[in-house]
This record gives sequence, structure tokens and C-alpha cells, in this order.
Amino acid sequence: MRIGVITFPGSLDDVDAVRAVRLAGAESVPLWHAEHDLEGVDAVVLPGGFSYGDYLRAGAIAARAPIMQDVVDRARQGMPVLGICNGFQVLCEAGLLPGALTRNGHLHFRNRDQALRIERADTAWTHDYATGQRIVVPVKNGEGRYVAAPADLDRIEGEGRVVVRYVDGNPNGSMRDIAGVTSEDGRVVGLMPHPEHAVEDLTGPSTDGLGFFTSVVTAMVAA
Amino acid sequence: MSTDSATQGLSDLDTGPGRLSHRLDTVELAASTPDDEQPFAELGLEADEYARIRDILGRRPTTAELAMYSVMWSEHCSYKSSKVHLRRFGDLPPSDALLVGIGENAGVVDVGDGYAVTFKVESHNHPSYVEPYQGAATGVGGIVRDILTMGARPVAVMDSLRFGRADAPDTARVLPGVVAGVGGYGNCLGLPNIGGELLFDDCYVGNPLVNALCVGVMRHEDVRLAKAEGVGNKVILFGARTGGDGIGGVSVLASETFDAEGPAKRPSVQVGDPFTEKLLIEACLEIFAADLVTGIQDLGGAGLSCATSELASAGTGGMHVDLDTVPLRDSTLTPAEILMSESQERMCAIVEPDKVDAFLAVCRKWDVLATVIGEVTDGDRLTVDWHGERIVDVPPRTVAHEGPVYERPMARPADLDALQADDPAALPRPQTPEELTAHWLAVVASPDGADKSWVTEQYDRYVRGNTVLAQPDDAGVVRIDEQTHRGIALALDGNGRYARLDPYTGAQLNLAEAYRNVAVSGARPLAVTNCLNFGSPEEPEVMWQFAETVRGLADACRTLGLPVTGGNVSLYNQTGDVPINPTPVIGVLGVHEDVRRRVPTGWRTAGETVLLLGETKPEFGGSAWASVVHGHLGGRPPAVDLEAERALGELLAALSRQGLVGSAHDLADGGLAQALAESALRYGVGARLGLSGDPFPALFSESAARAVVTTSDPEAVRTAAEAAGVTVTELGTTGGDVLAVEGVGELPLAGLRAAWSATLPALFGSPEATVGRVPAGTVPTS
Repeated sequence: MRIGVITFPGSLDDVDAVRAVRLAGAESVPLWHAEHDLEGVDAVVLPGGFSYGDYLRAGAIAARAPIMQDVVDRARQGMPVLGICNGFQVLCEAGLLPGALTRNGHLHFRNRDQALRIERADTAWTHDYATGQRIVVPVKNGEGRYVAAPADLDRIEGEGRVVVRYVDGNPNGSMRDIAGVTSEDGRVVGLMPHPEHAVEDLTGPSTDGLGFFTSVVTAMVAA
Repeated sequence: MSTDSATQGLSDLDTGPGRLSHRLDTVELAASTPDDEQPFAELGLEADEYARIRDILGRRPTTAELAMYSVMWSEHCSYKSSKVHLRRFGDLPPSDALLVGIGENAGVVDVGDGYAVTFKVESHNHPSYVEPYQGAATGVGGIVRDILTMGARPVAVMDSLRFGRADAPDTARVLPGVVAGVGGYGNCLGLPNIGGELLFDDCYVGNPLVNALCVGVMRHEDVRLAKAEGVGNKVILFGARTGGDGIGGVSVLASETFDAEGPAKRPSVQVGDPFTEKLLIEACLEIFAADLVTGIQDLGGAGLSCATSELASAGTGGMHVDLDTVPLRDSTLTPAEILMSESQERMCAIVEPDKVDAFLAVCRKWDVLATVIGEVTDGDRLTVDWHGERIVDVPPRTVAHEGPVYERPMARPADLDALQADDPAALPRPQTPEELTAHWLAVVASPDGADKSWVTEQYDRYVRGNTVLAQPDDAGVVRIDEQTHRGIALALDGNGRYARLDPYTGAQLNLAEAYRNVAVSGARPLAVTNCLNFGSPEEPEVMWQFAETVRGLADACRTLGLPVTGGNVSLYNQTGDVPINPTPVIGVLGVHEDVRRRVPTGWRTAGETVLLLGETKPEFGGSAWASVVHGHLGGRPPAVDLEAERALGELLAALSRQGLVGSAHDLADGGLAQALAESALRYGVGARLGLSGDPFPALFSESAARAVVTTSDPEAVRTAAEAAGVTVTELGTTGGDVLAVEGVGELPLAGLRAAWSATLPALFGSPEATVGRVPAGTVPTS
């Protein structure tokens, strides 16, 4: 089981994603934004950070990186892709996920330990959770407010594509408390909170985040 | 157009309507026009300093040379007022732990297993007052480059902030920008912010203190030094283009006192681009790993003037630069402006000719602009050409290392006797349980004592996944090896009230507090850095405070066996003739052999015994209680007992190693009252406690060398403490949702938390309230 972690200029949590992949029992493969080579990986993680300094719009420039064409092509064939924070922004900008992430309602960068509810436990990245399960992982962003047109929100909700929702407080003003969404086939997942920062008791508020990474390993082994 | 006087003076000389208009001021021209008047005073130089430059060169300096000397001989770069005192740190006995000492960009400490750690704290006070966001942001950027320059990967930052009274109008202008700037830069750089300080005092109105610390980790063999060696080696400038920002930042901003009538100095503040700095970090680390440089220096204060002269001066002495090859953001910059520019995110490397291609390839990979601008020469001159004409020809040591040194006059402050005689023992004390709890709440909910989440939630503390402890814990703890679990602990402390009452003792108390904060986490304290924030050195009373502070700190370091690895001095922190309280901010680095043994500050488990370690004396001088309840500053600060600090520190490390304590919290500002509240509120676990004797000193005294620990094995802790000669007092047991103290009262944690956490949002705005106002269903208009 090989999981690629893409580094864009300005990616920051790539080392954390690599660690989480390793702790989940998979081999991590570093991928470089400027290449057209996914090195035959089974799944891809787009890590958090400030790719291209969040200049223009968060994720907008990275979404047009050479490697993203390959990610989009493979994702449409069912390769699991996880976008965390900036990675979620990139996936929205690349058209793989619906909606957009905008400046937090309160205009501050916000880092806190955040309670989430798992709304879908049948995606490639959430198999190891139970629907309705409450988890606590860090959230940290300045542009994490999930928005979409009301009709689109209704459709996304109707199709069951909300994967995780903020509970006990919404840290950034996201519409309908949406913290993460998935593609129609449940293979591509993007979320603003950082499961890769909650994989060890020593350094995280919990180990609740590890499930995202073990889920994809289980899913791939089962497939 | 810049309205800045320094820029104005230079522009006039090079291209303006003056006598030298449209003529480049070359060395040749300078020699033939010895009597031309030069704007040395506008550039911050004294008449005798200017005369000395003429002496050194045997002619008048060219405009470019004058620019270089003016920035390098500024207080900020040359330490001309502080140098004679700082020698005390260099005179400390050699330490085995110190791999690189004072004088380099940052000191380097051996933390075991072949790992070396470099750390340093630096001020960006004046720029942060003028332009809070960029001033603070570039303060973080600058200290990170200092750490990177040593060959280390930066792994964490901290910030120590001081502002005027919390409800002063200017505080509302400066604080939000500073916090957003520290966060904006550090977050985008991917460095966890693991702690620091936020304090308020009237004396910082108009003089906020923004001190930023960075810590980096490397292997012993990877240490890099800033020197230019090897004739024929290339000088490569890489990173951002050079622009007109920050010209004269060190001389005009950092080395003068602000006055109300002066021109706006905003053009002297640099503008940061953390994205470029992130690329610079990754490119540098790749360049180091491939062994592609022989010397490296970052460009910070005084820009290219500093980097070229310091590299040449520390090396074999000769360097030539073709200044017209420097990539510019603004093509109208004059050569002098290019030499003085403090544009951020730039580095200068010395590279062997056969490694230049490999060096440039790494830079290309990371989209970092890199340009060969010169080479190391034989001889001992630093020469700079502009389109083939020589505009600088100087001995680099005279620019970088042989600047003026002043023995400024010193005088004990005239008001100090009266201040020390104004003993807080005379202040009315709380008599009833109601008054005691009211004072307790007042201290805890004061801006200094209150919850700092409003600030720290704007900082990323998780990135890189090695943060073991961060604020509100007493020390930040970072894992440096995932296999061995080795790690480091860091604390920053600087109580200006103590230092105002007695700078010698105050400096020692600040060191003792940082030492204690590292020790409560279970780490062994190893080395010291400092940022010394003072008023104008031209005031004898300020100079006396400075000298006493350095003496106190050096004496304490000698007693505790800790080396000073470097530091920073920020002078001219005063408005008109009122200086800030002397504010030595002291950083202590400790080592954890196994970070899994770290001790948090908060109570997590009910049923643990709460023990007070150390002795409480009636000491209220400079205390939070006197300040918050009575607005009083007077008397003497608490006594210092460094042997007691050492005994307590060793005991805490032993307790952590043996896994005997569930929590440990240092006692400092606000005494036991503050520590109990913080310990209980951390995880929402209360306690039932009893204080023997008069509860007032027990709660509010700020006697040093004390800590509160909780344990499930009080007998073992008692035995260990007695063996270490540390007094133990049993206070009670954790549990419940109230903080109950016999004879004082019961503080429900919910109410305590409400008071503690409401203060900063009430002053600076509540993010929650703003979220609530976001209209539902709003669609971005793209």
C-alpha cells in the first residue's frame, strides 16, 4: 500500500501527512508538484499549508500545478484522494469537490481543538469510523469558511456528500457547519480540520485523526 | 516618494539637485572633493564618528560608503553603548554544552545524541510600533533567518509581547496588528508557535515590545558559519529582489527615540513575504545537505552592507561586489539605497566556483532567485563597483567589527530610593473571605493574568507534529527525534516591574523564572539567551539599569552554570524623556532525554495530592496583586536564591524522570492564586485545599523558587523533596468543579473561567460575535 504526499511550494503539513501515513501502516511516497508522475501510488494526500503563499486565492495556483492534471485524471478513475486544509482548497479549485473556502467569518486565523461529527462512514477515507461518531482534531486556518450557493448546498446535503461537520461551535463561519465533503463516488474527500495532527497521544489532542489514514489502507486491502 | 530623512539625504546626494547632481559619487570623486558636505547627521552618525570614518579612509567617504558605515555603526548593529557591558557574558566560564558562542548569528548548544540546537530572541520593537503587522511579521522572519544561517532547520518560534495599558487607545491599534503579524508570518512559514508572553503596562504606551524567538535543530557536523574564505569563491545573493523598503531601518528607526513632531517613519519598516522565506528555508537546507556553501549570512538589519562586510571581516578579508548585478524590485534605487535596503527574505552565500551550478540548480528547483554578485578576493579590502566604477573601497573590519564603542555615563535613578522605600507592606490587605476571593478574581481576570487564547488561537501550534507542550503550559516542549524521543524545552520570561525596582535582582528573577518554567516541564536547563529592552543609552539612569541588569544576569548564569549563547539589545525604547521599565526578556533552553516524560501544568486527574514546593515569604514588591488591586509599584522585588532554584529544578527533573508527578506549575506573577487558577482551568479539574496560616501571603506572595505539583504518591515526592532540601507543604486534593480554599471560599470553575477568558475578547473583540454576524446563505461574489 503506497500513499503519495504531494509537496507544493509552501506546503507545510506534508511531514505530518507522511507521519500519519506511516503510522497507519502504509508506505508514504513523496511527490513533487512540478512532475507528471504519481509513481504508481494507490492513493494521494494533498497536505495543509500555504501553497504559493495563498496568493491569488488559497489553492488556486497549486490546482494548476502539473501533477494536479494526473491527480484529477486518476481521481476520476476512482483513486482515493484526501485534501486537508490547503489540500481541500486545492481540490475545490481543481473542480474535484463542490463549493469554495473563503476567509473566516471573524477574519482571524483560528487554531483550536475542534469537535467534529462523522456524517459519512462509507467513504474511502472514513470507513474506520461510525456514522455519527464524535471526534476531536485540531482545526487551524484563516480561509476555512465553507460556502456554496443555497441550491448547491441543498444538493450536496441531499446527495449525502457532507463527510464531517463541526459540532460544539463553528470555528470559521462555514455554512451549515460543513467541515468536509466528498465526491459523488466517495473516493475524494476534502476537509479543513487536520486529522494528521491527531495521530499520537504525545503531540495531538487525541488520536482520533488516524482513522482517515487507516480507512484508506483498509479500503485498498479489501479492494 | 519617501519622506524619510535618511533616504532624502542620499537621494539628494546621488541624483538630486545638489552639487553632485547626476554624478555618481565614486571613490575617485571623493578623493578629489574632500570638502563636500555630507548628510552624516541625517543618517544617524555623530560628528566624531564621521571624523573617524574620514580618518580610516584617509578621505571623505563616498555616498555609498557613508551609507554602509551609518547603518553598521548604528546602535542596533554595532552595540556601541552596550558592548562594554555585554563582555560579562563572554567572560563566563566555558561550557561543555556550548558548540558556538556569542558573536555568530546565534549560539549553538549540544543537546546530546549528536544533536545541536541553536536559539535566539530578537526585538522588533520600533518597527512594530510604526506598522504593527509588518513590524511583527518581519521580526519573526529575521530571527528565523538567523537560525537558518547557522545550518539548522527552524523548528519552532515564540513571542514575548508587551503593550501599553490594555484599555489605552493605542494598544487597540498596535496589539491586533502585532498578533496577526506574528501569526501571519509564522503560520505561513510552517513553524509552530509554542509559547511566549503577553503583558501590559503603562510604560509601554508608545513603546510596545515585540521580541521573537526561534529555535532550530541540526546535527553537530552541520553547523555553518558566516565567513567568506577561499580567494575566487563566488558571492551569491539569493531570495527576494531588493526594494526600497526598510532603508535605514536600523539607524533611523531602531536607534532613535520617537518624538511626536517627527515625520512618519513608515517607509523605514520592511514588508514581509513569508512564502518566499519558506522557499528560502527549504532551498538552504537542501544546499547545506549537498555541502554547497563555505559560508553563509542572512540579510537583515543593514542589508547588504551588513552581510558583505561581516562575511569579509570574519573571513580572509577581501571581497568584491558588482552592485549593478543585484536584482531590483525598483530600478530607480541608488547604489547607497541598495546597500542600505532591508528588503526581507534574502541570503548571501560564499560558494566554490565548481559548486555554483549545483547551487543555482537547487535555487531554481525552489523558484528562488539567485545571482552571483561578486567574489572573495585576496587582500583586505571590500570593494563595490557600480557599472564599472568603484564606489566603495573600505577595510571591512572597520565597518563590521570595529565600530565605535562608548563608555556611557551611568547614574543610579534618582527616584529609586523613594521607590524602594514605598513598601507594599503598607497597602490595605483583603481581610474577609469575600475580599480575598474578590482580589483573587481581579488578579486572574486582569489583562496580564487572563486567558491568552485570543492571541494564541491565531498561531499554529501543531505544524510539523512535534509539539509536545505549548502555551498555556509553562514551557514549550518540542520533540527532535521520533525514534529516541529526545526533545527540548524553552521558556521566555521578563518581568519589567521587578527590574524597575532593582535591575540586578530583576534580571536574576527573570532568569530564575525561565529556568523554573523549563524545569517544571521535566527538562534539564542548559543555556540562556536574552533580549534586553531599555530606554535611551544617552540617559545615565538607563545606562545604569542596563549595566546592573547585565551584571545580575551574568552573576546568576555563573552560579547556575549556564552559558549565555547570544542575545540582542534594543535601546531607545522611550517616548520623550520617559523610558520603559528595564525589560530583560530571558530565554532558557532545556533538554528532555525523553519527551514522553514531560509534565504538563494542568490538573487532569481527580484525587491527586496537591503539594507546594518551596518557601513562601511575605514578598509583594512588584507583585501582580499590588499592581492590579492598588495600581502600586514600589518596594523591593522578591529575594533571589539561586541555590534554591537549582535544588527545585533538579527535584522537578527527578520527579519527572520517575513519573511521580501528574502536573507541575511554576509560581511567578500572581503567586499561588494565579497558579491554582491556571492549573484548575486547564482541563476543568478543581481542588479542595487548605492554607496554613494567613491566607493572604499564601495566595499573593511572589516568592521565587516555588512550584505546585500534583501526585498520586505524596510520600515519595515528600521523601525526594526532603532529600533535595526543598520544603514541601501539602495543600489538598484535586477533584470537583470548584476551587475551594478553606477560610477563603469556593470559586466555581465555570465562573472563574468566565472571568478569566472574557478579558481579552472584551478588550480586542470577540471572534465568536463576528461569526454570528455572517449572514446565512451568503454566496461569495467571486
